[in-house]
Amino acid sequence: MALLELKNLHVALEDGTEIVKGVDLSVDTNQIHAIMGPNGSGKSTLAYALMGHPAYEITEGQILFDGEDVTELAADERAQRGLFLAFQYPHAIPGVTVTSFLRSALNAVRKARNGGEEDPVNIKEFRQDMLGAMEKLQVPRELAQRYLNDGFSGGEKKRVEILQMAMLKPRVAVLDETDSGLDIDALRIVASGVKELVGEETGALVITHYQRILNYVQPDFVHVFVDGRIVEEGGPELAHKLEAEGYKAFGANGAHGRSNGSNA
Amino acid sequence: MAATPETEVVAGIRSDYKYGFHEIEDYFFKSGRGLSAELVAAISEHKNEPEWMRKFRLKSLEYFLARPMPEWGGDLSEIDFDNIFYYIRPTEKQANSWEELPPEIKDTWDKLGIPEAEKKYLAGVGAQYESEVVYHKLQEDLTEQGVIFLDMDSGLREHEELVKQYFGTIIPQNDNKFAALNSAVWSGGSFIYVPPGVKVEMPLQAYFRINAENMGQFERTLIIVDEDAYVHYVEGCTAPIYSSDSLHSAVVEIIVKPGGRCRYTTIQNWSNNVYNLVTKRAVAYENATMEWVDGNLGSKLTMKYPAIWLMGEGAHGEVLSIAFGGKGQHQDAGGKAVHIAPNTSSVITSKSISKDGGRAGYRGLLEVAKGATGAKSKVVCDALILDEDSRSDTYPYIKIDEDNVDIGHEATVSKIGEEQLFYLMSRGLSEAEASAMVVSGFVEPITKELPLEYAVEMNRLIQLQMEGSVG
Repeated sequence: MALLELKNLHVALEDGTEIVKGVDLSVDTNQIHAIMGPNGSGKSTLAYALMGHPAYEITEGQILFDGEDVTELAADERAQRGLFLAFQYPHAIPGVTVTSFLRSALNAVRKARNGGEEDPVNIKEFRQDMLGAMEKLQVPRELAQRYLNDGFSGGEKKRVEILQMAMLKPRVAVLDETDSGLDIDALRIVASGVKELVGEETGALVITHYQRILNYVQPDFVHVFVDGRIVEEGGPELAHKLEAEGYKAFGANGAHGRSNGSNA
Repeated sequence: MAATPETEVVAGIRSDYKYGFHEIEDYFFKSGRGLSAELVAAISEHKNEPEWMRKFRLKSLEYFLARPMPEWGGDLSEIDFDNIFYYIRPTEKQANSWEELPPEIKDTWDKLGIPEAEKKYLAGVGAQYESEVVYHKLQEDLTEQGVIFLDMDSGLREHEELVKQYFGTIIPQNDNKFAALNSAVWSGGSFIYVPPGVKVEMPLQAYFRINAENMGQFERTLIIVDEDAYVHYVEGCTAPIYSSDSLHSAVVEIIVKPGGRCRYTTIQNWSNNVYNLVTKRAVAYENATMEWVDGNLGSKLTMKYPAIWLMGEGAHGEVLSIAFGGKGQHQDAGGKAVHIAPNTSSVITSKSISKDGGRAGYRGLLEVAKGATGAKSKVVCDALILDEDSRSDTYPYIKIDEDNVDIGHEATVSKIGEEQLFYLMSRGLSEAEASAMVVSGFVEPITKELPLEYAVEMNRLIQLQMEGSVG
């Protein structure tokens, strides 16, 4: 059994509109999966539903994480088990510095993994880890003392998402259009963060519209996602086929559901 | 996010108010309930006061009785003045070591952690229990430098001329109904004098504790900061949880002379059965600075608007106000800045949070008198409303009688968004932790101004306020 398994997953909005229409997908350790789909195909909805967003209802099917049914669990419980979502549009938390946020998040996860008993991270070690990760990901040091995502540029937000991922060390990381709006340098850094994370303990699911990021993160599996369904699966060569032929070859007419821009 | 069942919410409210305990009463003197000229005279006599103070008290009582109840702010209609104990003297003598206190009173301070705090980071401590300051201590080097830090009664006995010169001059006895009441029955509070040029580096702290049911606590504080001197005064307040109400009505007068600076920090955490009706006012002369840092987390109803009168050219005033209104609470907080002299400046920053049907808001006055040319002022009021049942009000009164001024006012109202919570929860924080984080961030511009120990305390109190309401 793979680490993360989606079984016939259906997701609807609060008004009942079905967006994800039956997805089967398995992500295991040591694997990088790419979900590629056009705007409005329901990719972000899938990502939110995976993480447990309360506005997206799972109407049918299951999410299994490490063999456990997590379909009914809240976002914090999923995170504590090792699921991570890098947001397409991360939210600002004024008054809370990146450092203090990271430490609180890390301590919350440690507490959950320690049977509910506080197990705070050693402050010195935490600081070293954070500064090390910031250097690798080329996150400017001054960002550590800035308020989380408050006034950050698009690129800074994305790098800080990857910084959070590096610090929280999830077992499955889902990246929702982390590549959008990034220049080549930033893209390379994000990709290196993903590659560094994935290994014996960890797998990743990269959700994207473009093939571009896949030049830097070589996926093991590519899933083409159109109108709430996976319509074709294959190896990395599928991404190139998409790049050459476009989504229309896979039945997309570009008019399904809501655009990515509005459902963040 | 799963809704918490109603019963669980109700059970959770204030069950975490860890100061809700009370000690057995074994008092040296306790007055009967109710207010009369006889009682006022008896208090004065009991304290062996000079004649002028006795007259001041009796006159104040007349003003109190003559004035109608205020009909603005919060609901004061349930205050039963006849049911209140106006004067309780818990011990015969004041102690200057914690060990000298009766065990049940010492126990209270131990539970509140005050002796520990004194050792670590305070230059002086006063501890008031019911009507009297039962413990008082100031570091010796400060005494040698001429700093006076006494309870108000001792201040009157030992420095009568100084007290007589300023007492009731900043807040006249007929200023408002509750200032009049305090002027009639005041007891305890702090008297501070800092001589010219002396900077008291560590805070002086006063701690106010109500223990008896239906107690009225009426402390009176007078602070005089002489030229180029500095002091930071901190007060904290708690009370037991009773089914019927208590009243706390203080008067605080502050004089900051040219070049001086005074910071007055309050962390008010009364239990939810205390009416907290306080008048605080400071005057700042040439190039002096007055700062009020006012954190209101407890009480049933608080009406308090720390004021600064900028009397001398170049004077600067700041009010930083946090008001947290939880279930059954109404925080009518705010601040006032009155610019009398030219080139004076003021900043009022208010952060109010309301949850579980509570009310918290800002009521403020900004006034620039004719002739205060070049006055600058900025008022920022931000409100955070945590649920549909809660309420926030903003009443920013502005009165400008001078043309050449620079005035700014901003107000925002926000709610914790589902998206913000989801983002934080996706990192492993529980819903309660996530909400508390958003709230802590919201008040951060103020908590960062506090000394570390108080910032930690403030954040902890906010955390407690947040728990038990979200699941």
